[in-house]
Amino acid sequence: MVPAIQLERISKNYGGIRALDAVSLTIGQGEFFGLLGPNGAGKTTLINILAGLVLASDGSARVLGHDVAMDYRAARRALGVVPQELVFDPFFTVRESLEFQSGYFGLRDNRDWIEEVMQNLDLTDRAGTNMRALSGGMKRRVLVAQALVHKPPVIVLDEPTAGVDVELRQALWHFVRRLNRDGHTIVLTTHYLEEAEALCGRIAMLKQGRIVALDTTQNLLRLHSGCYVELRLQPDRLPETLAALVALRREGGYRLALRDYTDVERVIAELRSAGIAIQEMELLQPDLEEIFVQIMHRA
Amino acid sequence: MTGFYTLFRKEWLRFWKVSVQTVLAPVLTALLFLVVFAYSLSGRVEIFPGVDYAAFLVPGLAMMSVLQNAFANSSSSLMQSKMTGNIVFVLLPPLSHQEFFCAYLLASVARGVVVGAGVFIATAWFVDLRLAHPLWTVAFALAGSGVMGALGIIAGIHSDKVDELAAFQNFIILPLTFLSGVFYSIQSLPPFWQAASHLNPIFYMVDGFRYGFFGASDVSPWLSLVIVGASFFALSFFTLWLLRTGYKLRH
Repeated sequence: MVPAIQLERISKNYGGIRALDAVSLTIGQGEFFGLLGPNGAGKTTLINILAGLVLASDGSARVLGHDVAMDYRAARRALGVVPQELVFDPFFTVRESLEFQSGYFGLRDNRDWIEEVMQNLDLTDRAGTNMRALSGGMKRRVLVAQALVHKPPVIVLDEPTAGVDVELRQALWHFVRRLNRDGHTIVLTTHYLEEAEALCGRIAMLKQGRIVALDTTQNLLRLHSGCYVELRLQPDRLPETLAALVALRREGGYRLALRDYTDVERVIAELRSAGIAIQEMELLQPDLEEIFVQIMHRA
Repeated sequence: MTGFYTLFRKEWLRFWKVSVQTVLAPVLTALLFLVVFAYSLSGRVEIFPGVDYAAFLVPGLAMMSVLQNAFANSSSSLMQSKMTGNIVFVLLPPLSHQEFFCAYLLASVARGVVVGAGVFIATAWFVDLRLAHPLWTVAFALAGSGVMGALGIIAGIHSDKVDELAAFQNFIILPLTFLSGVFYSIQSLPPFWQAASHLNPIFYMVDGFRYGFFGASDVSPWLSLVIVGASFFALSFFTLWLLRTGYKLRH
């Protein structure tokens, strides 16, 4: 099967700055893929190259086998992009904006799908409202709807939940999950790593224009073999023998980093022999955020 | 074709929705020029034999409005879209360079023609104008607004700031239109300025347009048509090349 997205040694230079450095990446059809990295890592540049908004300095990018430069019309037809910035056209209403976007993609009569998209994103009541009069969250919904008007098989969401409320976030993920179940490939960039952990099957981490990690979410989580134990002690002190394990000291408690669960027994034994009572204890699994921080420090 | 038609329709609605600013205001400006110049010079100046100065002035003012508004339409639309970032809505879809160019160009021509027609309607109370050669008038209105629409696309793409676009408008477009024979015949100028006027492509647009009304002009309308037509094709090819390379839009 043709990959949804295929990047081969994509580089981008801005003056003397190398924003992307020979990035190669293949994303299969139907994947829910996460693209993570700190600000300035090159995520948006990568998306802009895919979308044809930026021309690559070197390498090739394909969407469903269509080269984004040579066969740009087919590549763009296959791609729906939700841009990061909250952009809108102040002259038009929500419905007009969606109808125009649909027309740009060559679709003449697309009303049924436009109505469905608006309904799914809770925009129907605002269809006749001018874009200027919408709140930030509503404008974000319209941006998502605009990216979906032509039913693209590959959907790229560039930080779609930045600054939006919980309700929209949940509605958006519900809709995007449904699209993914229906066979759409989803590529997501986000700074909310718990979202990426919950949604993405595979993740690439970018740093300074290079891919520094690329694996399934499960495998990435397994990279961190340890776990944490949070303790509330009486008296509130730790024996010398456990001092090296302290990962975090907060008022009224400690977080200790353990190699694995068998270390818990040793911690309890040390505390007992020191005459310190455990008032509260909680075991914590490392999350994607921990892995992300580790990888970014290591790379 | 749907992509082109949609973008044209969007551009048409964009200026039509703010028609007070984009249509009525330039018509009023032209009307004020007519009132001030025609009343102060009427009876004292006769440029074409038997043609009142006000009648001479109206086609010039109409053409000046056509040209300035055709330029303003494409340049300001692109500039605003770049500034606000909503240019992505037309860069993400599979619109070809030709569709992009033709839609912006045609919307500019449409605004120019609408404003020009507005000037004629508003000034119909003051002067009695007859069209000697209507086809020439239509040809120069379309070709002239086409040149300015293409120039507006170039200026809109090139300018990074409103200041840059304003400089383009105030230091190039405005002087060229004012010094193109809108208010006078270049026959009345000293030899040096007559020669200089022949280097101004807008002079040929105004002169050819006026020929359509009076059957008289400073230079042959055929020469004017060749120069305006050549300018149009040269600018169109240049604009299409800019769009194909992604200059400043897909940087």
